[in-house]
Amino acid sequence: MLIYAVKRLSVAILVAMTVSLITFSMIYLSGDPAMALAGESASQSDIENIRRVYGYDQPIMVQYFSWLGNALTGNLGHSHYLKTEVSEVIFTRLPVTMTLGACALTFALTLSIPLGVVAAMRPNTLIDRIALTIAVIGQALPSFWFALMMIILFGVTLRWLPITGSDSWMNFIMPSVALGYYITPAVMRLTRAGMLEVLSSDYIRTARAKGLRPSVVLFKHALRNAIIPVVSLAAVQFGFMLGGSIVIETIFAINGLGQLAWESILRADLPMMQAIVLVLSCFYIVLTFLADLLNAFLDPRIRVS
Amino acid sequence: MFRKFVMSAAIAAAATLAVQPAAIAGKANDELVWSTNREAAVADPYYNNTRELVIIGNTVWDGLLFRDLKSGEFVPLLATSYKWVDNVTIDFELRDDVVFHDGSKFGPEDVVYTVKHTSKEENGVLTFKNVSWMKDAEKTGPNSVRIYLHEPFPAALAYFAQAVFIMPEGHYDSAPDGADGKKDFAAVKPVGTGPYKITNVVPGEKIEMVRNENYFKNGPKGTAEIGKLTFRTIKEMNTQIAELLTGGVDWIWDVPKDQAEKLAGRGGTTVTNAKTMRVSYIAFDVDGDSGDKKFMDKKVRMAVAHAINRKSIVENLVGSASEVINAACHPDQFGCATDVKNWEYDPAKAKALLKEAGFPDGFETEIYAYRQREFTEAVIGDLANVGIKANLKFMQYRALRDLVWKGVTPMNHMTWGSNSIPDASAITSHFFSGGRDDPAKDPKVIEALKVADGSVDQAERKAKYKEALDIITEELYWLPMFTYAKYYAYGEDVDFTPTPDEIPRFYTAKWK
Repeated sequence: MLIYAVKRLSVAILVAMTVSLITFSMIYLSGDPAMALAGESASQSDIENIRRVYGYDQPIMVQYFSWLGNALTGNLGHSHYLKTEVSEVIFTRLPVTMTLGACALTFALTLSIPLGVVAAMRPNTLIDRIALTIAVIGQALPSFWFALMMIILFGVTLRWLPITGSDSWMNFIMPSVALGYYITPAVMRLTRAGMLEVLSSDYIRTARAKGLRPSVVLFKHALRNAIIPVVSLAAVQFGFMLGGSIVIETIFAINGLGQLAWESILRADLPMMQAIVLVLSCFYIVLTFLADLLNAFLDPRIRVS
Repeated sequence: MFRKFVMSAAIAAAATLAVQPAAIAGKANDELVWSTNREAAVADPYYNNTRELVIIGNTVWDGLLFRDLKSGEFVPLLATSYKWVDNVTIDFELRDDVVFHDGSKFGPEDVVYTVKHTSKEENGVLTFKNVSWMKDAEKTGPNSVRIYLHEPFPAALAYFAQAVFIMPEGHYDSAPDGADGKKDFAAVKPVGTGPYKITNVVPGEKIEMVRNENYFKNGPKGTAEIGKLTFRTIKEMNTQIAELLTGGVDWIWDVPKDQAEKLAGRGGTTVTNAKTMRVSYIAFDVDGDSGDKKFMDKKVRMAVAHAINRKSIVENLVGSASEVINAACHPDQFGCATDVKNWEYDPAKAKALLKEAGFPDGFETEIYAYRQREFTEAVIGDLANVGIKANLKFMQYRALRDLVWKGVTPMNHMTWGSNSIPDASAITSHFFSGGRDDPAKDPKVIEALKVADGSVDQAERKAKYKEALDIITEELYWLPMFTYAKYYAYGEDVDFTPTPDEIPRFYTAKWK
């Protein structure tokens, strides 16, 4: 088990490094970073000056390996644009994005798992169709449009909720719903499919035959097994929400990691971009491990194997 | 265990969410919140060259001079008077009643320090051309200073007014070492002499300022009335508008025309269209570097010029404060001669010229652009009407400018803001003095601009700029298009007047 884990970790680290190298190269393909830093009205000499001062006159591979060497010693570099330590900015922004991701995931699971269970209990009935419709709407609605509609209704018209910022828990309500609603269909469908399969299995029939209460059969025996793939999916989706919350963070002016990543790309802040890619890659690795551990906890068969 | 895990996660999330009431801007709190879509990560005008820091620079710091927008003249600000000693030397007498935000007294040492620090290339001022023309400075008396220039630079007065902000002596000496081993000058706490002082910087999110109660009296900037000024970054325009409508912010700009018109019709906000220093132009590959040799023929360039209905674009897309321009500069800039050839909209003539040039059925080419796609699409529509099929290549500015420098763009639709410097040298000389941005490298133009840029004789400067602009327009190295206009929207209780240089004077704003 330990050898297997080490192998997987090595592969994951290699993947993270490959991703960072590709990202590094693609930034150069999108234009001259010195020009991005210099701004629109910069003269040729300004741009040349910046290229020299920030080391952009070095070959790309030299720049990349220089960064990699520093990163391995824990030095993620210095942001050219924000003029501060990259790690400092990331760790300031990360809790905001983590909070948003956690709230969105909580909302998505709270909505989709009961919907999936209800749909599986009454397959092909009106309840099933309604549950499916609620989920499909979540997938069909573009998140930016859904977010703007919520702003108009709850922010501008009713004035119940604050529109921008991350100062209080109320600031997270609309962004969490907008972000979480999008992943609801996948979780709901997986829960429904899992529940349908489990509910028709022999051990559930046995549990019922033993005279156990329906709620015990449903939640203790059926859901616990049906939810195993949902845990893996939720872990992946949480990673996706950390890195992919850019649209929602932009609309609600939430100063999180997604917005930071987008801004860093636009202004060619290479040290920042590289560090974000590295941090997010590490998150995926950690989340995958956590999902495996949770699955093992929920299903003893995995532990035994 | 699972339940425990869920409980722990919930407690951790709750702990992360600090419960604080959301801030509301406005007259009641005497706080004007203005918002744009850009981050002001660094609160130093020398180490952040965004428009936002140009605005904050003029709000928190002062220059030696000030541009009086009514007269167009440069009047003393931190100075009391100035005198050109010769073409490369200026003497300034300074005010003796100015103090910095940290309480230290302003004097000639501060001016000398600022000039010496900023004009050194190794100190990494981002827009170095704003300060590179200064050679040195020396204190000449208890309240006087002399500044030396590398070479004659008549636009110096504009830069002293809008780009050279005076920092206290030793300001950057406390800069910490960055991770790269170089001094991190941008990390120094901002200290200026201006009408507002910075109290809090949250990089990338907001900059908070309060009125400087010790600001000197009877200066051209006047006395600020609003107690607190906060800049906030809100990326999404719709969100900015929603915040404006609900009182979260008081002032926004760059509102698209259609949304501005809707906002104006809704009431509760003041919507204004005001001109800016930015101009739009189309540049041609006149020497055929791109491989597309068509634009080497002046008749083809003339056909393009006659095909484009600039007036229609201005009226229907840009805004009422915009105007068609014929010269390669902004009409408000010194030396910008507007009495140059006007290539009028005449599609029939365009077709005839194409026929003469050997393209009776038109041709296909590429047009590159990076800003306001709809403006370029209008150009493409006009060109299609005369048989020119222009395929749009729309990309980021930095990528496009790289291509322009490499000479691979047959036709590019660009803009230039001149850093709000009201002098033709900031645009005409920038683009036509033989550098990488120069599409033609015409020796006559280069020579005329060299004289114009180096003379302190205003009449001679005007004449030489006119000479250069006439050639540029006649030869159609550029087709100047229009000046940009901006829509501003602000709360109806805000008394604010937009200015044509895109530097909002928040220190003159009031509550109604």
